[in-house]
Amino acid sequence: MNDLRDLYQEVIFDHNRSPRNFGMLEHPTHQAHGVNPLCGDELTVSLVLDKGGVIEDLLFEGRGCAISTASASIMTEILKGLSVPEADRYFDAFHAMATGQTPSQTDLPALTKLEVLSGVRDYPARVKCATLAWHTVRSALRNASASVTTE
Amino acid sequence: MNSAAHNQYPPALDVYALRADFPALAQQINGHPLVYLDNSATTQKPQAVIDAVADFYSRDNANVHRGVHRLSQRASDRFDGAREKVRAFINAPSCAEVIFTQGTTGAINLVAQSYGRSILNKADEVLVSAMEHHANIVPWQLLCEETGATLKVAPMNNNAELLLEDFANLLSEKTRIVALTHVSNALGTINPIQKLTRQAHQAGAVVLIDGAQSVAHGPVDVQSLECDFFAFSGHKLYGPTGIGVLYGREALLEAMPPWLGGGDMIRTVSFEGSTWNALPYKFEAGTPHIAGVVGLGAAIDYLDAIGLQAISAHEQALLVLATQRAHSQPGMRIIGNASDKAAIVSFELDGIHPHDVGTILDSVGVAIRTGHHCAMPVMEFFGVPATARASFGLYNTAEDINALFDAITKTQSLFAR
Repeated sequence: MNDLRDLYQEVIFDHNRSPRNFGMLEHPTHQAHGVNPLCGDELTVSLVLDKGGVIEDLLFEGRGCAISTASASIMTEILKGLSVPEADRYFDAFHAMATGQTPSQTDLPALTKLEVLSGVRDYPARVKCATLAWHTVRSALRNASASVTTE
Repeated sequence: MNSAAHNQYPPALDVYALRADFPALAQQINGHPLVYLDNSATTQKPQAVIDAVADFYSRDNANVHRGVHRLSQRASDRFDGAREKVRAFINAPSCAEVIFTQGTTGAINLVAQSYGRSILNKADEVLVSAMEHHANIVPWQLLCEETGATLKVAPMNNNAELLLEDFANLLSEKTRIVALTHVSNALGTINPIQKLTRQAHQAGAVVLIDGAQSVAHGPVDVQSLECDFFAFSGHKLYGPTGIGVLYGREALLEAMPPWLGGGDMIRTVSFEGSTWNALPYKFEAGTPHIAGVVGLGAAIDYLDAIGLQAISAHEQALLVLATQRAHSQPGMRIIGNASDKAAIVSFELDGIHPHDVGTILDSVGVAIRTGHHCAMPVMEFFGVPATARASFGLYNTAEDINALFDAITKTQSLFAR
């Protein structure tokens, strides 16, 4: 039996109630829009990549369930200040975690922060909620302006 | 679905006995008894339907209308017998007017592509309502794109009732097809079909009714609805998935060109040209879903034995109870408050996304639908990305409603901290 508490941990409620880095940057270098058509979740990620390829600022805005909102909020906290290759490694680690695999990127310092979301692995219908923000930010980093869907 | 039916005091259902007919209901989810409240998406199947399908495959399986051997004869008899059951169930005048399709969606697409494509011109209009399921929007959009015709939308009010005056005003000599849902899947609204059909006919339009959400929940008589086409699905009628029905008036069906070409729908084939089989076979190319048709026949037998009026009265009582509970539940808002409603309660909880509601309800065994219910324009109208929806069937009880509201309270307290 899945314990609901593994999915809805206190940290999730906290980020859902008061999402960090919420809003839109006025002059982003990169931006992407992500939607999960099945549940109507949508969010926009805007970021500034500095000349050295480091994510200088990162905001998200949109509406979604507690899982997708918390995931986006936690993601912005982790990725700010990281280089694109570092961000990619977090993406891969989180993707592994959410789909029930063990991430190989064990050296990542903020990996434990992501663990609060690993409960989604027992809820296949909710994995897309948790990964939407990550797919969107990856898409923004790859193409300066893009639109993604988790369907 | 006429409201007069509610006043006849049909005998109350012995719901607890009926529940025993549905093996899927007798299971635990996460250690809780399953409370199945997603009947608008699909209904559970009574043992009689499961047995009919298994029995067909076990003894009578053969192709229909093709062989002289015994199994083919038995399969054909069961197949044709089911068509007669469907005819009687919706009171169609003739079996020639009952066409088997893959479902409601297949039936609507058939009408759009065969009837619609052969009559629509650039200056013409197709009229739908603001509360349609995607299956009664997109086929018409595709048709309008192909023909250059215009799709018009009759608006609704904040209670999710169709605005009758606007509907009447949108009708003109340009209106060739009116496609309306009998019961809204996302909101529960029951539309006054007979009245709307008469107005549409006065304007010279042909009327298609999407009956996916109505046929299992009250008596349907296509002749008293006066519609030209009526579409529904087997799986929302306690029957199998993958099978549906299109009723069409014979004169229209006769004049319509075939849609899908293939075996069974032809009379003769040569490389110079082919001639078409009689109705309803003209629209049933290829080997049909024979077991599905047999299962649908069994579902109709099952419902007839209970009585659609009794089912309607039972579900209306559940709707009244669930609505009262919702009104006294803090932070809960019902979306869709039409005065004439089927037992569908779409709702929102303050500050809690429907997807979270669905997961938390599931953790205590309560199965509801969350999302846009294939009615994104409805969600847009009410300014919500999605709703949670509890939809009732003949086997639901007051205890199910208690379980639903206990689970809603649990969800709210989880999110309140």
